[in-house]
Amino acid sequence: MISIDLLFEAVLFGILLGCFYAAVSLGLSVAFGLLDVPYVAHPALLILGSYFTFLLSKTGLDPIICGLLLMPVFYLIGIALYRFYYETFERRSSDTGVRGLAFFFGIAFIIEVCLILVFGVDQRTVSATYIGSSLEIGEYRFPYRMLVAFGIAIFLTTLLTLYFSKTFNGRAIKAVGQDEGALRLMGANPVKIKQLAFGIATAVNALAGAMLIIVGPVEPAMDRIYIGRTFCVVVLAGLGSMSGTLVAGLILGIAESVVMMTLGASWAPAVSFGLLLLMLGIRPQGLFGR
Amino acid sequence: MKYSIYAFLTILAFLGLSLMNVNEYIFFAGFVILQFVVLATAWNILGGYAGYVNFGVPAFIAVGAYSAVVLFKSISAPLVVQIIGGGILAGLLGLMVGLLTLKLRGIFFSIATVAVVFILETVVMNWRYVGGATGLQLTRPPDLWGFDTYTRMLFFVMAVLAVCSVSIARYIQDSFLGRGLRAVRDSEEAAECSGVPTLKIKLIACTISGALMGVAGAPMPMYLSYIEPTATFNLNYSISALGMPIIGGTSHWIGPVIGALLLATIQQIVTVTVSNELNVLVVGVLLVLFVVLAPDGILGLIKKWKQSSK
Repeated sequence: MISIDLLFEAVLFGILLGCFYAAVSLGLSVAFGLLDVPYVAHPALLILGSYFTFLLSKTGLDPIICGLLLMPVFYLIGIALYRFYYETFERRSSDTGVRGLAFFFGIAFIIEVCLILVFGVDQRTVSATYIGSSLEIGEYRFPYRMLVAFGIAIFLTTLLTLYFSKTFNGRAIKAVGQDEGALRLMGANPVKIKQLAFGIATAVNALAGAMLIIVGPVEPAMDRIYIGRTFCVVVLAGLGSMSGTLVAGLILGIAESVVMMTLGASWAPAVSFGLLLLMLGIRPQGLFGR
Repeated sequence: MKYSIYAFLTILAFLGLSLMNVNEYIFFAGFVILQFVVLATAWNILGGYAGYVNFGVPAFIAVGAYSAVVLFKSISAPLVVQIIGGGILAGLLGLMVGLLTLKLRGIFFSIATVAVVFILETVVMNWRYVGGATGLQLTRPPDLWGFDTYTRMLFFVMAVLAVCSVSIARYIQDSFLGRGLRAVRDSEEAAECSGVPTLKIKLIACTISGALMGVAGAPMPMYLSYIEPTATFNLNYSISALGMPIIGGTSHWIGPVIGALLLATIQQIVTVTVSNELNVLVVGVLLVLFVVLAPDGILGLIKKWKQSSK
């Protein structure tokens, strides 16, 4: 029997984990949730972010700084990727469904295999002062690396929520998600705005990737399990809602942590995919969807 | 009528090849290539005709393979029974996936199929009877049906399965089902309005496609004399089974066959000469190139070439 104490600890850990999952899903929430792009390559770019952080941190820089430094690079990658997607698929608007999906699925595999060819299949880690030690409050122990990830997650979510509600460009991105035609009538260029949004979505991935490698070792094939986690969070949240993403992340984090505690770690991968499938079967528009 | 003669001749040719005194490796590699012909053809029934992108190919392969293992371990069923059992169960999985994802389109359907892979993998990992995460060693039974080696027999069996699946796909293409599926791909609303029973034909396509993938997976445990979840549930099968029809051309039944024969052969050569990782890269790069530059695949290229030479 599981004691209340253990369950409480599982929930606490789940909250930390949940914020982390929310943060790695933010980019997807923008790209897929708001813009409706079948961005299956999102988890692969996340892992790419982790590996770039790994490379940069060899110079002695703190992994968080590395993540921040990588953001402009990823912003450009995102813009290039969207530009390409738009020119080849959206503009021709011929059967984008199958080909767009196949395109991003192919990109994901190319990134993964290139990572394997360059770095091998071994797990990689970074080092920093806050990795390895824990904060002890009473009888509970919180690893600092989880707290750092928690901090970054809250920071990113707040930043994006504010950006989408307060700034002109942010509101324009939300508008393009709602009605592209209307935006064009207002004299704005939807393609430019989508490009900006896609750049932001990918830039967020750089910092999220740094966070991923802070939280634990990273290996190239990890993007496969993160397909489940990120899409689970985004679908659960209802497409494109930032605060919903945080809540959905928490639900997934707590569920995974409790399952790990009660059934064992070998069942953990099924949690995100199970929740995802359940949500898709019952309520595809998500918890907070319209 | 002409087609059935050709199909029969193809089977005879494969029979002749598997009785000839040639290098054993041909059968070892040929089995995999023919397996991909089945997989690509099966994927195309749903993905090519109806436009529903299935990323969950390994789930169906694994259901076929693990059904075969259970049948073999519990009642030491012969190969034919294993294949039929695997096909039926994978077909049922296809029906279930179809029922669950009826309302889902585009990427939602695709992601749901990925979810099925990981959920089933987790279940198998925790299932002791079939070896759990460590896998299970299997001893091949001695019956060879008159072939010299077990690999030769499996090669011939896979050849028959490949010809059967292609025939099924060819039949579907020109039947009511195929026309209905194409209508669904172009516009599901318009199809429904014109009286196409979209729900029913989608479910039938899911079932047939799933069953054929299961059939392709069922002889796998005997081929490797071993089964293990990580390799069986590998998403690399998805990219190949999806890449081959798209590269070959999805509009005609011959497209997946061309794509599979070409790519699986390249993959086999790359695996032997360079590395296993690189063969996934080959499919990935070719898939992206074709999707961007030649959206109708090799068939589209041939068509264009014919038109311009006229």
